[in-house]
Amino acid sequence: MTEARYDRAPGDRPSREMQASAPSPLFVYTTGLFLAVLLTATSFWAANTSLLWPGGVALGLAVLAIAQMGVHLVFFLHITTGPESTNNVLALAFGVLIVFVVVAGSMWIMADMSQNMLMPSPAPMSMQMQH
Amino acid sequence: MNISVAIDAVPQDALPSASEAGPAPKRVVVAYGFWIFLLSDIIMFAALFASYAVLVHSTAGGPTGAQLFNQKTVAIETACLLVSSYACGLMSLAINSRRYLRTYLGALITFALGAAFLTLEIREFANMIAIGATPERSAFLSAFFTLVGCHGLHVTLGLVWLAVMMVQVAVMGFDATVQRRLLCFSLFWHALDIVWVGLFTVVYLMGVSP
Repeated sequence: MTEARYDRAPGDRPSREMQASAPSPLFVYTTGLFLAVLLTATSFWAANTSLLWPGGVALGLAVLAIAQMGVHLVFFLHITTGPESTNNVLALAFGVLIVFVVVAGSMWIMADMSQNMLMPSPAPMSMQMQH
Repeated sequence: MNISVAIDAVPQDALPSASEAGPAPKRVVVAYGFWIFLLSDIIMFAALFASYAVLVHSTAGGPTGAQLFNQKTVAIETACLLVSSYACGLMSLAINSRRYLRTYLGALITFALGAAFLTLEIREFANMIAIGATPERSAFLSAFFTLVGCHGLHVTLGLVWLAVMMVQVAVMGFDATVQRRLLCFSLFWHALDIVWVGLFTVVYLMGVSP
């Protein structure tokens, strides 16, 4: 029974028996650390530099953060696209969907609402209150 | 046998697939359940992020993020958590090869860096409160303390959990139960680092950049 193709626990690395070409785990963690440090340093540089167009800095920071989250997921949490980790990836995809809906939806609705609130009303407040 | 199996006909397909092989090992089930919990935790953080993003300009005439945040502290905090996450990874390697000394060493580094992060964060909060930037001051500060404080609370719980796990390793050895709990801990710790990546980007870097 041990050779059955079970799903892999999230956080577990693919075993070397299953995948002979799998790199050494220490190398995986160290690569992850290296990439994460690189992305973090770039983020801090981008936030403080005056070389970039200021409007693009926020976008660049968002891209760098998402890239670093990806690095953490792949190198530290060992989330792969292999068939034995399909369940983990599907759960993650659903989580990301909800996160996106919550964050983008809230910001969209609230921005819309505050725009409506700030709009100069054609009639004085007392007129509207009569309705 | 379905068609795709017949077509692929790679040796691996001779093994029973996960659905045919009966219940998965407990390690897989436990870690998957914990994975679901972590995702729900991240969704809770997403709600806090959303409220922060909505309220970030509602300073009510009080201090703004650019006036309060110290990037140097944030950089050190980030480095602490990142290296702590790496040490946690090395600890899980030591656990898999059942080496006590390396496990304790990895746990010690993980704990020390996590505690250093927490100390810096508490000092930052104390400094902010000392100059009157309390959670009651403005909606922005309420959202800030809720979001960053919630992450800090998670780190605190993680440190307590790690200490308990080291006692369990010392008492029970590398029992299967202990190994499962340690796997869950390392998932938790790495997930906290992922939340921190979003946090330092959205709160601190976007807060101070012009």
